[in-house]
Amino acid sequence: MSAPALADERLAPTSLLRRLLGRPELGAVVGAAAVFVFFSFAADSFLRASSLSTVLYSASTIGIMAVPVALLMIGGEFDLSAGVMVTTSALLSSMFSYQMTANVWVGVLVSLLVTLAIGFFNGFMLTRTKLPSFIITLGTFLMLTGLNLGFTKLISGSVSTKTIADMEGFSSARALFASQWNVGSVTLKVTILWWLVLVAVATWILLRTRAGNWIFAVGGGADAARATGVPVVKTRIGLYMGVALCAWISGQHILFSFDVVQSGEGVGNEFLYIIAAVIGGCLMTGGYGSAIGSAVGAFIFGMTSNGIVYAQWNPDWFKFFLGAMLLLATLLNAWVRKRAEAK
Amino acid sequence: MARVRTGVRVMGAVLAAVLGASLVGCSSTGGKRAEERAKTAQAGRPAVNTPRWTFAMVTHAGDGDTFWDIVQKGAKDAAAKDNINFVYAHDDQAQQQAQFVQNAIDQKADGIIVSLAKPEALKDVIAKAVKAGIPVVTVNSGSAQSAEYGALTHIGQDEQIAGEAVGAELTKRGRKKAVCVLHEQGNVGHEQRCAGAKKAFGGTMENLYVEGTNMPSVQAAIQAKLQADPSVDSIVTLGAPFAPTAIKAKDAAGSKAEVDTFDLNASVARDLKSGALGFAVDQQPYLQGYEAIDLLWLNRYNADVLGGGRPVLTGPQIVTGAEAAELEEYIKRGTR
Repeated sequence: MSAPALADERLAPTSLLRRLLGRPELGAVVGAAAVFVFFSFAADSFLRASSLSTVLYSASTIGIMAVPVALLMIGGEFDLSAGVMVTTSALLSSMFSYQMTANVWVGVLVSLLVTLAIGFFNGFMLTRTKLPSFIITLGTFLMLTGLNLGFTKLISGSVSTKTIADMEGFSSARALFASQWNVGSVTLKVTILWWLVLVAVATWILLRTRAGNWIFAVGGGADAARATGVPVVKTRIGLYMGVALCAWISGQHILFSFDVVQSGEGVGNEFLYIIAAVIGGCLMTGGYGSAIGSAVGAFIFGMTSNGIVYAQWNPDWFKFFLGAMLLLATLLNAWVRKRAEAK
Repeated sequence: MARVRTGVRVMGAVLAAVLGASLVGCSSTGGKRAEERAKTAQAGRPAVNTPRWTFAMVTHAGDGDTFWDIVQKGAKDAAAKDNINFVYAHDDQAQQQAQFVQNAIDQKADGIIVSLAKPEALKDVIAKAVKAGIPVVTVNSGSAQSAEYGALTHIGQDEQIAGEAVGAELTKRGRKKAVCVLHEQGNVGHEQRCAGAKKAFGGTMENLYVEGTNMPSVQAAIQAKLQADPSVDSIVTLGAPFAPTAIKAKDAAGSKAEVDTFDLNASVARDLKSGALGFAVDQQPYLQGYEAIDLLWLNRYNADVLGGGRPVLTGPQIVTGAEAAELEEYIKRGTR
């Protein structure tokens, strides 16, 4: 007779249900469904196609940043400078183009390089000093906040930038970063496309490439990863530069969508990105999570913040509802994950 | 490490290349060059030979507030004319603001200008200044408390009255249902503006709170409101930077609502001119800074007091497309 079939349980085929339960974003998907059903009943206008496109836009502006922030969290680090970095990037493009009277695209490219350099700085300082990322990026956050204000005031004499809408290259740059399509009564923004592409690319990197393995390894335990030959320094710097790249995309969207940028914007948004990643199943301790989860997290955020308006609740309680919904979604997420892990 | 250093070098090279390219890739429209062509010479020499007094201004402005920028500009222009050493400090936390006033007292300033967004927190320190013989002028907010606390004069707009002007104008324009967009939850002045508008408005008005530091979310929230309630026929924003965003939200939601706003800036002037905006209510922040310095100077020089214990109002002035063209150049130079 042949040997017993179950020689190694790790090689045993797993059922679809069990594989599904092991996914990090499962809890978030259940949470998103719950929020969706809730607002479908609570707000008459929530289910209209035009309303859903508003929700999607709102989600995409958070989601574009939640993707790299999720990857960074899987790699075991934080970035508190992500929110103001978006503003920095928008200010840079606008002010460089204006002051140099350059084609808008030149400003956009300069901004890309400087923003990537800030990301590089975060990663480099982190790996060099071995200080916690909380301290490093808090320092960057404060410095950028100050630089945004100081530089804008110094250069343009006021705290918001001057309009660059009448400059060459503006319309083509707007087409790339802030265009929209009207399908009937529905307006779809290009940020939704950027968001989907970023989620797809990040998922591919995480699950199909060597770099993805490195990210999980670094987040799971840097020393063990280093011992097995994972380039820890390179991976971390790369992750921070990923955040910078997406901050640049978001910054350009804000610039070309709203034309004038105020230097005080962006403060506090870093928490929204982290919240989206955490709701989406990223562990605060690193080594676990997904890019798709961050997208679902951003979607929950978009539904909640706009659903409250659609439901026409008393606005005095806006922040309370928002906080309670987010907390509930995260709790549900944690509960589902615990159930999944117990199986 | 070698790899990292190569990265730096590559980045430096690329940066240099782009900077070089920028000299070639010029824009023939807009930009600083256009501004410089349009710029006229501005005066900045003292017109008097009184001693160089120091006047300190302490406001509740948050970081990067366009409005307070214009107030400061007015104060600076008046200070240059009056031969005044002008010192400015601001913090949106009342406790820190009180500390700054105390610093001005310690430095024996010759006059103090202060905004009273949170009057109670500043009551004691203003009393100290008055006791030390330093004249105090209050600006912008706190018209009710100014005289009681011992300030010479209050210069500013009464938020309630400004709100009422908006409500009356909306009624005049035959509006039925309005939304008041507040970009800072818990700001007393904002609540007063919306309350004033609601009071003087013939139709119904609702408040909508938005996240002022996050423009895309401001747009989404206004869009959502308009989609939820298609009967809304006017939107009032409380700050100039939010007006263009409200227009975008209105267009995206396919709404026919009229957008109106408090305060002015370049894009508000442009939108007024094109008709995308109905009207704007200006409280003339430049006047608040300019008059505060000038009145302190007059008090030092000539013991003058303006207002007779009543607030001196700088607004509301209703601006429509007709005046926008004239104001545009003043807005561009940062004085309106």
